Amino acid sequence: MRKDYNLEKRKYVIGGFIFVIVLIYIFRLVDLQILETKYKDSADSNAFLRKAIYPSRGIIYDRDGRLVVYNQPSYDIMLIPKDVQPFDTLDLCNTLGITKEVLLERFADMRRKVGYSKYSPQTLMTHLAPEEYGRLQEKLYRFPGFYVQKRILRAYNYDVAGNVLGNIREVSQKDMDKDPYYTRGDYTGDLGIEKSYEKFLRGAKGVEVLMRDAHGKIQGRYEDGALDRPSVPGKDLTLSLDIELQQYAESLMVNKIGAVVAIEPETGEILCLVSSPTYKPSTMVGRQRGKSYAALIQDPYKPLFDRAIQGSYPPGSTFKPSQGLIFLQEGIIDLNTQYPCHHGYINGGLRVGCHAHGSPLPLLPSLQTSCNAFFCWGFKNMIDKRSQFGSSAKAFEVWKTHLVELGYGYKLGVDLPNESRGFIPNAKFYNKVYGEDHWSGNTIISVSIGQGEILATPLQIANFCATIANRGYYITPHVVKSIKDTVYTDSAIVKHIPNIDRKHFEAVAEGMRMAVTGGTCRRAALPDIEVCGKTGTAQNPHGKDHSAFMGFAPYHNPKIAVCVYVENGGWGATYGVPIGSLVMEKYLKRTISPARKAMEESMINSNSIIYSGVKKH
Amino acid sequence: MESKNTNPLRYIDWFTVVLVLVLVCTGAVCIYAASYDFDHANIFSFEEFSGKQFLWIGLASVLGLTLLLIDPRFYETYAFPIYIGMICLLALTIFIAPNIKGSHSWIVLGPVSLQPAEFSKCATALALAKLFSGYNFTLAGSRKNYIKALTIILLPVMLIFAQNETGSALVYFSLFFVLYREGMSGLVLLAALGAVVFFVVALKFAEPTMFTGVTQGQVAVFIMLMVIMVAMLAIYCKHMEGARNVLFWYVGTFVIALILHFCGVTVNGMLFFISVLSVACIYTLILAFRGPVKKLLITASAVVVGVVFLFSVNYVFENVLQPHQKQRILVSLGIEEDLKAAGYNVNQSKIAIGSGGLAGKGFLNGTQTKLKFVPEQHTDFIFCTIGEEYGLIGSATVLLLFLTLILRIISIAERQPSTFGRVYAYCVASYLILHLFINVGMVIGLCPVIGIPLPFFSYGGSSLWGFTFLIFILLSIDARRREHLSS
Repeated sequence: MRKDYNLEKRKYVIGGFIFVIVLIYIFRLVDLQILETKYKDSADSNAFLRKAIYPSRGIIYDRDGRLVVYNQPSYDIMLIPKDVQPFDTLDLCNTLGITKEVLLERFADMRRKVGYSKYSPQTLMTHLAPEEYGRLQEKLYRFPGFYVQKRILRAYNYDVAGNVLGNIREVSQKDMDKDPYYTRGDYTGDLGIEKSYEKFLRGAKGVEVLMRDAHGKIQGRYEDGALDRPSVPGKDLTLSLDIELQQYAESLMVNKIGAVVAIEPETGEILCLVSSPTYKPSTMVGRQRGKSYAALIQDPYKPLFDRAIQGSYPPGSTFKPSQGLIFLQEGIIDLNTQYPCHHGYINGGLRVGCHAHGSPLPLLPSLQTSCNAFFCWGFKNMIDKRSQFGSSAKAFEVWKTHLVELGYGYKLGVDLPNESRGFIPNAKFYNKVYGEDHWSGNTIISVSIGQGEILATPLQIANFCATIANRGYYITPHVVKSIKDTVYTDSAIVKHIPNIDRKHFEAVAEGMRMAVTGGTCRRAALPDIEVCGKTGTAQNPHGKDHSAFMGFAPYHNPKIAVCVYVENGGWGATYGVPIGSLVMEKYLKRTISPARKAMEESMINSNSIIYSGVKKH
Repeated sequence: MESKNTNPLRYIDWFTVVLVLVLVCTGAVCIYAASYDFDHANIFSFEEFSGKQFLWIGLASVLGLTLLLIDPRFYETYAFPIYIGMICLLALTIFIAPNIKGSHSWIVLGPVSLQPAEFSKCATALALAKLFSGYNFTLAGSRKNYIKALTIILLPVMLIFAQNETGSALVYFSLFFVLYREGMSGLVLLAALGAVVFFVVALKFAEPTMFTGVTQGQVAVFIMLMVIMVAMLAIYCKHMEGARNVLFWYVGTFVIALILHFCGVTVNGMLFFISVLSVACIYTLILAFRGPVKKLLITASAVVVGVVFLFSVNYVFENVLQPHQKQRILVSLGIEEDLKAAGYNVNQSKIAIGSGGLAGKGFLNGTQTKLKFVPEQHTDFIFCTIGEEYGLIGSATVLLLFLTLILRIISIAERQPSTFGRVYAYCVASYLILHLFINVGMVIGLCPVIGIPLPFFSYGGSSLWGFTFLIFILLSIDARRREHLSS
């Protein structure tokens, strides 16, 4: 028996080796299991399939409860590649109404998709019409591995107001990055209220937590559905739009470029918001959306451009009432102040033309006849009144502030995306252009008649008209009246009270009434409604003048304020006045009086788009 | 003194038996969890892996009991014939085994397949024990004896390589621990270990450090070299004064370097370490004039070789290895992400373990392993299930159980009066060490993926039976060690 005690000590080396190894491994386990969190997240996304349960999207009604937008089922053909057995390709193609090449192409596309797995559901075709679905349903037993998944598409009872309603589309990567609510394949609102009220309309997705194995095959519900959450349906919206008025206004605007905006003055509710040319919202549904959208993008008349809220136009003479208000408020004029008009404003070598009418005139007749000279004089006297304001720049800032208070120059905050702010210059702007103290009233005289740098959206003009109708205030214009089951306390809808006395508004309203009874807007007169109005003929360097009109009715206790803007329509009285008055008549009387049928007819059939200078290829 | 016919069960090392039983039963539960298929299958159903494993466990118990009853002198007497028989079987297997995933290592006998490589471990251990127990056999100074020992070890290695079972073949290299215990110079182990560790560390940790010019891996290697040098001076050369001085030198200079760094002085790490090590080596050479010359020279040269090796790692890696070998090493070291192919298993297994947290998800609640994200989860990757379902507590406990078992076997080895018993016991301990080292290391992503099972846990009769042979022959030898004395 030989025992080397020297060598026996080596047991410590061998034992120590495994001891150290185990120690290292335990440290590693601490690192993996306690310190590092990424593995837990990976495990969740690995093993759990959070299957979304899609809620139905909110329905949209108009102000009188007419159904405007609803949901209709559509069907996607899905398949699980692993379960698909050889089938009669031709039969499937015939049923779906596609060629074999298309089918093979679809299969190839499907396989190329990221996340393709033989074990998980794949989409072969989307948005089958109900009749196609019916045909397929009968034959589905012949195609094992295929099944049909129901989806929801938008459908339209009144195929109008595409610019207001918007549409829905599949989410983009950007949407998903911005809002974690979305996952691939979800739908989201695009344009219009579908976009601005997306959060109400979409509801809340429910979730079903399923477990899947490494092949993506579903193995059942996790903890018997303890973590599942039902979906919450989207909220129904009631629009402030009168959908029939919208439809009517759109029909009047056919073959014209421009916009019609009507507001209920008392509430700021938008009654119609027409942008022309427009598009049918039904073309933006389902499989044809991509094609329609591309066509709209390429359309030279830009139908996707909502001229009612995005178009910035010179307001022309519709701007004059605002000038009257400012001059009265600042004491530049009173109702008796008269300015001469010798076929225009002639001062300091400057001449702004005007048409034939009596001279000199006070404010009200000037509004009635739309006299340029009066407002030029008023503007010059205000801007150059150093005794009151100190300098032209300071006077101009006062002038500008009044306009901003009247809703010009900034976004009104309508509940639609992409509103434009128009443009009201400030003194700084002219200092930059002409140099400080190198400009006066005459330098910029054209802004007094709504030309020059001044730009406004039809919505702003309509809103200004509503302010006059209200004799001194406006409510933020909006298109959604209420949201079902929701107390909608959008702080954005507020009452704005410009710093101008009510009596001045009364005066201006009277002037606008006179324009209808015996001035530029005589064609706006309605049989037994007192209409007030103001025409505008906006010069435009690119071609024929724009025809504009703003008006409200009745004179007392107004129910509707409207703005019509027709690009290249010529005189305000040519298109603006008739269309505006027809819209008011339609809204107030629900029908057009026989005497005015001819006017209606001529508006529907007239065409001003030919003057736009845009050639459609 | 005991009589020859005493019931051997009386002297059984019950501690080991209980440890093994605990491990085996935990293993079966894990196999059930790993292969659980939501059909609420019966844990004892023979249709399931777990049921089959229980069958194997039952048969293994019978086998173990039988082995206990056999007089261990039988193994000693027939060690070589058993070994030669196993070698023949291994050779035969190459030709008769069907191709299963590229390896020819399974003998199919009707419904069961057996892997002779698992059983030849035991035969090799017996043969090695027998060789060492020969009269006056010693490794020291005998080249012939070395060759004999190495032949016994390498013969099965070559045959198993020929079967294309690289993992199983590697296990036999653990027997170098036994050679070390029986007198082989520790420098051989140290050099091998050092080479592997340096290679891995230097390649893996390529992030820059606070010192310029060196990566984390290189710093780690330098520090290891410093520690090795101090240890060699103290333990190998028994030159305590030198060891202390060198230690102070290292710690002192390192602290100065740190202070300089935090004072905003840029310290070139490479220059620092090289110069500090050089000074220490020169000091060691000076010591050699008065101390144990040979040992001090070896110490100094070991450090020099270490530094040279460190610099050659990159060269070897870039210019000597084949691309696919490089790829595998890079993936296993986690330097290159290859989550779909080579790295898939390890990544999934890390996810499974990592998702377990402190206390785990509980029995059968592991979603990763349950849903088959980890390939081979009931065999080589069974440790994932433990990690996922029982968390850090469970997996650390299992590791500690293994550690206890191995240390216990080492202590059993040392209490053997016979060389045969001791060498055999060390063989068993060595096998367990290597299996644990490689298997767990691979599952937690520290070792390259080498397919060897976790003893007692991984599904499979061959592995279980192989270890049953190893453990119960050991217990049998141990239970009768006093008889050995008396005889």
